[in-house]
Amino acid sequence: MLTALFFYLFASLTVISGFMVVFVKNPVHAVLFLILAFFNVAGLFLLLGAEFLALTLLIVYVGAVAVLFLFVVMMLDVDFAELKSGFLNYLPAGLFVGGILLAEIIMVSGAWILNPALSTLEKVKEIDPTVTNTENFGKVLYTDHLYYFEAAGIVLLIAMVGAIVLTLRQRDGVRRQDIATQVGRQPKDAMEIKKVETGQGI
Amino acid sequence: MNGEAFTQFMTTYGWPFFWIALHSLALMVGLLIFIAFILYADRKIWAAVQLRRGPNVVGPFGLLQSFADMLKFVFKEPIIPSKSDKFVFLLAPIVTTVLALAAWAVIPINEGWVVADLNVGILYVLAMSSLGVYGIIMGGWASNSKYPFLGALRSAAQMVSYEVSIGFVIITVLLMAGSLNLTDIVMAQKGEYGMFNWYWLSLFPMFVVFFISALAETNRPPFDLPEAESELVAGFMVEYSSTPYMLFMLGEYVAIVLMCAMTTILFLGGWLPPFDIAPFNWVPGVIWFIIKTCGVFFMFAMVKAFVPRYRYDQLMRLGWKVFLPLSLFMVVLVASVLHFTKVGGV
Repeated sequence: MLTALFFYLFASLTVISGFMVVFVKNPVHAVLFLILAFFNVAGLFLLLGAEFLALTLLIVYVGAVAVLFLFVVMMLDVDFAELKSGFLNYLPAGLFVGGILLAEIIMVSGAWILNPALSTLEKVKEIDPTVTNTENFGKVLYTDHLYYFEAAGIVLLIAMVGAIVLTLRQRDGVRRQDIATQVGRQPKDAMEIKKVETGQGI
Repeated sequence: MNGEAFTQFMTTYGWPFFWIALHSLALMVGLLIFIAFILYADRKIWAAVQLRRGPNVVGPFGLLQSFADMLKFVFKEPIIPSKSDKFVFLLAPIVTTVLALAAWAVIPINEGWVVADLNVGILYVLAMSSLGVYGIIMGGWASNSKYPFLGALRSAAQMVSYEVSIGFVIITVLLMAGSLNLTDIVMAQKGEYGMFNWYWLSLFPMFVVFFISALAETNRPPFDLPEAESELVAGFMVEYSSTPYMLFMLGEYVAIVLMCAMTTILFLGGWLPPFDIAPFNWVPGVIWFIIKTCGVFFMFAMVKAFVPRYRYDQLMRLGWKVFLPLSLFMVVLVASVLHFTKVGGV
């Protein structure tokens, strides 16, 4: 009973905040609603018993990715009039993509309802309930799906290298701090002691 | 609802709920009183280093100073800037405080003395402390003013950077302990050599990295760039006054004590006595936990008094170019040592 109650709470909040992401005028508020949606999805994961996934979602998406979203959106100077004028131009493309997504969701969930054997839920049941969620996750990820896992790692590495290559630029005339040189500097390189005669100066 | 159904409802949901609520309330009250004295201790230590007296007027030796401050904050008028985003402006300090307090739900202060004994406890703490940045960003943005905004941007970059190394440090501890449950992590440090079994010795470089990253994660000096008084006035807190300001302060100190408690749990054996022999193991575990937490906080306070503030690029350099490679290397090293010697957790 309580589980159902919490499911409806989290699910409705997810849907509502999803709508709010699209409909609020202020982009920063939109990102904040996106974060609320992430939060509620983490709650749904918890209800499914996937506590590792729930907390990873919080740490990675809410704790890092959404922070960078917010970071960028806060600094953008968004012109609402310009955004509104482009609305009709983008409407057909947006409707097209949205329509495809809707059709796919209907097909997937429809197939599941018509033929329950199609669902892969049986595989989930094989997981050993006596050990913790995290351990189960690790065992599957690093044995059965090792190649997918490594492939995902390589994709991320390439993305990271790409981002660095795109943003790294060498500028001339910039004086950079070199810690090793600073630390390695000796008094005799930097100072010289002179005996100054009275009334003479150096 | 008839009597039987009501009894059943109470045993399944009612009493456990009351029990958890009571636990949480006891923890929260204890924690807030502890924070009041920690604030006093922070100021006293800082004063002692600078040969000042520190707070010494309210109560004996100034012990009640924090309570006087709290009353003063509550009775002041809250000022909300007219061009600010009022809802987000007031939400930000609440988010900071609530998240900092929420993380304490999984902290075990003695064997079995924990509100929620999650088996992913450490991830929960990491999640809550990484969400703490939202309070700062929201506060900085909603103030609609230059200094708070700059402070918030700095804070976001700083906290995201140091979380990465904190994450890797935690992974080395997890590898040694073989569990994500905080109670299990403490119990894994129990051994015949007493305090030399704790992870501060075997993972000493990680202990140092964690300590420094904890300073940066909680915006403590020398990494208090988000509120650097000399350049940003008070960073993201500039526009705050009265109770919202107090909530920010409170959230910050709760997070600081949380990091002290995490250092105690991960590296200093939690509630375990330093040696499992007569005079030491008579002392209850809670007392050991509090002593260790206070010890770590003393180091935090001393760092604040001793070390000048880092420059922003130095801060980023330390996080990304020193700590990240070091902690990555240590993850590989610890994992290989454990794999080839078959000691430790799994």
